[in-house]
Order: sequence, then C-alpha cells, then structure tokens
Amino acid sequence: MDNKKIQTISIINIQGQNCTGCVTSTICSEYPSIKNVLLQDIIPGFKLEFIFHPNIMTASGKLAMEILEKSAEKKGYILIIDGAIPADNNGIYCTTGEKDGKKSTILGETLALSPDAMLVIALGTCASFGGIASANPNPTGAKSVGEILLAHNIKTPLVNIPGCPPHPDWLFGTIEEILTKGLENLELDDFKRPKIYYGKLIHENCLNRAYFDEGKFAKKFGDEGCLYELGCKGPITYADCPSRQWNGRANWAIGSGAPCSGCTSPEFPDLLGDFYERIIDVEVPANEKKVNEKIKIEEKNK
Amino acid sequence: MKKIVIHPITRIEGHLKVEVMVDNSEIKDASISGTMFRGIEVILKGRDPRDAVLLTQRICGVCPEPHAIASVTAVEDYAGLTDKIPENGILLRNLIAGTRTIADHILHFYILSGLDYIDPARVIEYSSNDRDINTLKYFLEQGYSSPFLPRDDIDYRFDTRTTGALVSHYLKALDIYRKAQQAATLFGGKWPHDAAIVAGGVSGKLTVDKITEFIWRIEEIIDFVKNYYLPDVIALTKTYNDYLGIGKGCCNLLAYDSSYKIKSSDGNYSDVLFKGGLVNDINNYSELDTSSITEDVTHSWYNDSEPLHPADGKTKPAPNKEDGYSWIKSPRYNGKVYEVGPIASILTTYLCKKDSGIKKIVDDTLSEIGENISSFYSVAGRHLARALSASIIADELLKWAMQLKAGDPAAVEYDSSTAGGDGNGNGVGLCSAPRGALGHWLNVKEGRISNYQIITPTAWNASPKDKDMQPGPYEQALIGLKIKESDCPIEILRVIRSFDPCTACAVHMVTPGGDLIGKYRVI
Repeated sequence: MDNKKIQTISIINIQGQNCTGCVTSTICSEYPSIKNVLLQDIIPGFKLEFIFHPNIMTASGKLAMEILEKSAEKKGYILIIDGAIPADNNGIYCTTGEKDGKKSTILGETLALSPDAMLVIALGTCASFGGIASANPNPTGAKSVGEILLAHNIKTPLVNIPGCPPHPDWLFGTIEEILTKGLENLELDDFKRPKIYYGKLIHENCLNRAYFDEGKFAKKFGDEGCLYELGCKGPITYADCPSRQWNGRANWAIGSGAPCSGCTSPEFPDLLGDFYERIIDVEVPANEKKVNEKIKIEEKNK
Repeated sequence: MKKIVIHPITRIEGHLKVEVMVDNSEIKDASISGTMFRGIEVILKGRDPRDAVLLTQRICGVCPEPHAIASVTAVEDYAGLTDKIPENGILLRNLIAGTRTIADHILHFYILSGLDYIDPARVIEYSSNDRDINTLKYFLEQGYSSPFLPRDDIDYRFDTRTTGALVSHYLKALDIYRKAQQAATLFGGKWPHDAAIVAGGVSGKLTVDKITEFIWRIEEIIDFVKNYYLPDVIALTKTYNDYLGIGKGCCNLLAYDSSYKIKSSDGNYSDVLFKGGLVNDINNYSELDTSSITEDVTHSWYNDSEPLHPADGKTKPAPNKEDGYSWIKSPRYNGKVYEVGPIASILTTYLCKKDSGIKKIVDDTLSEIGENISSFYSVAGRHLARALSASIIADELLKWAMQLKAGDPAAVEYDSSTAGGDGNGNGVGLCSAPRGALGHWLNVKEGRISNYQIITPTAWNASPKDKDMQPGPYEQALIGLKIKESDCPIEILRVIRSFDPCTACAVHMVTPGGDLIGKYRVI
C-alpha cells in the first residue's frame, strides 16, 4: 500500500453526559474489529485517525487538552459526540478538562469544535435526542447535539446514530457509506438517522411477527409467542436489529426472549410507557385479519 | 507548595479531575473531583419498579450488569420473589455477570491501565511473526501514532521483548473483550445493557445448543485469564515492584456478598463465591451491618442545609457551593473511610472462609511473588486482586454452565397486581460489582417507584473529604506519594487508575446526608 494514496480522516471523540456504553458497544465491532479501525484502513484508501478519544488515548491532563486544541486547528475532521449536553448554568454539569486554570465544558467544546468539522456524528440516544440524561425532570437541562447546533446556528452536517447503545455497525457502517458514496448521498430520515439502518420497524422483520399475525402472545417470560403483551416496543421502533442482531450475531433483545425497549426512538425512555407493559395509545400494524380488512377497504375506495 | 491539576484523567470511565498540592516532590493534599452530573435516580421516580432493571444499567456502560443484578435483586425483594427464582435463572445471572466482569477486568488492565506501563511505540524495535504486532509496526512506520502518542514522559521499564509480548496481549485483549461480551450475550441478549435480566429471572428459553455454544465460546476467555492476564499482572508486580508499596490508601476494606450464588451442602443456592464483610488493620475481619452506612455531602455540590429523608427528595444540586469540589458524595461506614473493590472481596473471603479454594489461590500467588497480604494495599496489589478475582470467577464458569438444565424455566412470573402485596414496600439489592460494593435501595408506593438510591463502588473510592475532613480512599492513596514533578505525573495516574474509576456510576442525586440507609439490614 502506498501511503500517499490513502486519505486520512481525523476523528475527534468528545464525551458529554454519557455512560460510556456507546464506547463499550463500538469497541465490540466485529468486522471491522476495533483493532482494524484503529490501525488499518477502514475501507481501501481511507484511514480513520483517532486523534482524541478519552477512553483510549495515552495522554491525560494538560497534554490531552493541547492535543484537542491542536487537532481542532486542522479542520475537516469528523466530530463524534457521545452523551447529552447539559445546557443549564453554562454547561457546568459536565466539565471535561482544564488548562491554565480555565475549565472547559462539553457545551463549550461542542460549540468550539462543531463549526470546523466536516461532519458531526451524535453517537447514541443521549447525544441524538437527549436520551436518559434529558429524561423527566431533566435536572441539568440536557440537550441533544442537534438542539445545541440549531440554537447556535451551526450549519455543519449532523448525523444521528441513536441506540442505547448504538450498534457498532451503525456507526462504522455510516462512516463507510459516507466515504464510499459521499455525505450528500447518505439518506437520512426525519430524525437525521441513516435510513439504511433505521429505515424499517423492528416489527416488520421480527422473528415473532408470524406469532403476532396469528395472535399468539407470550403471557410470561419463556412462553412461545410474540412479546407484544410483555411490553415489546418493536412495533414503534425503527432499527435493523432483527436482521443485524447484536454482538457478532450472538443474540439480540427479542432473540433472548425480552421485549424491545425502543432505545433508538427520540421518545426513549420517557414517552414509550412502561417497558414491560403493552404499548398504549399507539396504532400498531394490525394482525392479519385486520390487515386483510384494511386491504379490502382500500380496494373498495379505488 | 505547588498545585498540579490533571483534568481530564483519560482511560477511565467518565469525567474525573485530580488536584494535588506538592511540596518537595511529595503530595501533601489531594482533591478528587467527579465533574459530570446527570441525576439519574430522579428519572426512576414514578416508574414501574421493573423498569429500574433497564434504566439503572444506563448509569454505566462499562459495568451495566451489576446494576441489573442489584436492581433486579431489589425489585424481587420488594415483590417477595427472592426465594422463587428458578435454578436456571440463578445460574444464568452468575454466567452473565461473571463473564462480563472478567471482560471488564481485562479491559481495565490492558486498554485502560496498560499504557501506563507498556509502550506500544517500542514495538518498532521488536521483530516478531505476530500479525497484530506487525500491523501495529506498519501503522507506526507509515507515520501514524494516535491515540498512543503524543504522551508525557513515562517510566517504561519492560525490556523490548517483554514489551513486544505485552503489546501483543494488549491487542489480543481487544478481541477477547469482544468475544467475552459475545458469549455473555448468548444469555443476556445484548452488550452493553442486557435485556434478558428481568424481574423473576432471566427471559428466554434455554436450549442445549445455547449452553454448548457458551461453553465453547468461554474456553478461549478462560485461557486468556489463566495464561495471559494473570501472568502479565504478576510480571507487572515484579518489574514495578515498588508499586507494591505505593498507593496504600485507607487500609479499611468493605465488601458486600457477591451475587454469584453457589450450591451449599443442603442443595440450595445459599452460599456465595465472595463473602462480604469488613477488613481493618490489614487482616482483621468483621461482619458488615449496612445500617452503619451514611452519606456525607459536606464537599459535594449539593445543598446540605438540612439532612433529609430520601422520601422527601429535596436535595438539590448546588454547582456553585463554596465548600464543594465534586459531584461525588462521601459514603462512610461508622463515620470511617472504606475502600471497596476486588481487593476487598478477595481479602474478606480470604480471611473469613479459610477452607475455601480462594485462600489457596491467593496464597499460591503471593508466594510466587514473595509477598504477603499486606501488599494488596497498593497500586500493583489492586491489579493483582482484580486478576485473581477474574481467575476465581473463570474457575466457576464451566461448573455453572454444566448445571444449567435445558428446557427448564429460567424465570417465574412477576405479577404487577400482586407484587409487594398492596403495592407498597421496600427492596434492597447488594452485590459485588467489578469495582466493588454496589447497593440499590428501592421504595415503592402504590406500585410505582417512590424513591431509589444507589451507592456505587466509585462513590466509596473517589469520595471527597467529609465533615471531619477525612479524605476519601483515592485522596488518601495520593497523600504522601512521591512524584517526579511535571504537568502530569505518571505516579498519580497509576494510583488513580489502579482503583478502576467509574465516575458515571459515582455521581448521584437523591440521597442526602444522614443515616438514611439505617432502615435496611443485610440478611
């Protein structure tokens, strides 16, 4: 491989009100493995360089702050943010570093680093939609990255990769897609989620869909049947978990007999109702009988 | 006196700042500050108790599984299901938490702490057939170096050959971490934030092929613990021998019973792998009474004008409080400072279960390095205790897996309409998390969570000074430390990282000062 032909894209990953679950998820990426991502070309001709990442970088303290400042000068990087951004009290609820007696906050870093990024990726549901940190009563005024950029009129392209945690493929796959086809060709939904990963309802491709259609519902854990009655949020949640599955396809929530908790949704966790109670006040794609009736009505109307 | 501030402390979970006062290259005072606040317990209020199992896992994405275990234990305690969990449910929880704990310890030693002792940039001098090493060499030769460089001047002591081997283990550890999480996901549903741990047991159907697949997957993980991780930690204690005397800390240890349940002679799962308790003065064991636990907020950013009962929930964050320097509170036992972590679980078990296999494993390892149990109270000692803990759990995994019975249920039904009788009650869930003693306390009114409290391991260890000006365990481990003065002395980082900080876990809101844990007792 000739180094000159390789395009290097700098990655700066900063962290707000996070739990580091987005990181422990993405370092479990299988193909490419995190080793591949760190040391090799993510796709032929393109190399990601993790210039700043609090969980893996050697440097701490002042040097880490200098690395962040220096890498920001280079412009054209991808800025990844995991965790929500507390906006109350000038962002005091999440200070991220200190240099020469001056404290920096995740709010300040987001505002400073976003304008010169080629792309901002909000990684995880907290960064994408506020998530856990902004749940009622939102004690710190936690906001999503998108809300912060909008409020400060920052026009840098934003892609949300929600999920609690997000699947590693959703992050690296999106980057691969952008490097291959260009950012302008990445199709996003209304919530700025890449359609390739968030385009379909869990329910549409669920292994239990046939049970749903025939009305066979599990009443307790371990029962055969659709988990709708046990609180599954699959009918209102957009993600490709049924086909992609988790952790090297070892399993996924519904595969383990547990209901989907709807973690890729902007409404997670507040507005989805109890995790283990049937979805309320939501129109769910109907069972077969109702579907057939609907089709008949539509045919009549033609 | 000179002030040194290190912020951020990288390669840990979360946001942490260290401030020390240095005189003549010796640390005279230290202040540890957790710098991120979410207020996660508040969002649990008003929710179905079962939801806590999913929501409290989101406290921490590095160690979510102990939060699942502690909260599910609290919910089942409330619902009166504690003794009804099927054998499969107990064993599957052992396997999920055990496997993820091993992964967590491996992550901590190699990926988080490793770069304090191992210099990846040195592999350039090392000739090897190892594919990973050669990939890294090629990476460096091309002129890349992030995230390994730049770095501060660090005293790397391993020779080129050992460095080469350790760097290859660092890279292998990334694979092992993934594979261990995949194995646990067979039962847990997904990593991080398991879906299958539910009030009543573990969801899903247990089949022979799943059990077999788990056993085959776990073999490689056990091999890594026994033949790479533990030997590498022992190598560290030899090459960095002075670190067996550095970072001693408060020398009081506290551990809860681990959640790993073991069959006792009567055939019930009434025994535990690691026995909880207290250790004072290096080797003085006594039993633990959780009613002696209190939380102090004198130097935390919360209003402390009046100690309130948690049910009142009036405690408010006060980010500009004059005496405050951390979002972490100060848990104390009988008003005294205690350290928690694998060192505590290992030593409480060592001292009170003298007939257990654990005593032999610990004695054998200590004699190999020519030390006694007092060496555990140190930077290298904490790494050793962690590796021993991983090794002891690894010894159990296959046994637990072999006891699973395919086709038998793994959960009992949790009936919301009858849980807790009239829907009012309390529950408590204690366990031994990868970073130490973790407690969840639950109050339910009319079937909904009225209050939820959590005291995490890192709250104990990274706590700020209390009303009596007693420094927390990290702070005590730093005070008196001799350092090479610089912007970022490696000695400080090694001491802090030896505790395996998890600051997202440590920061909480609802619990105010006072003896609010007094209502509960460990049974």
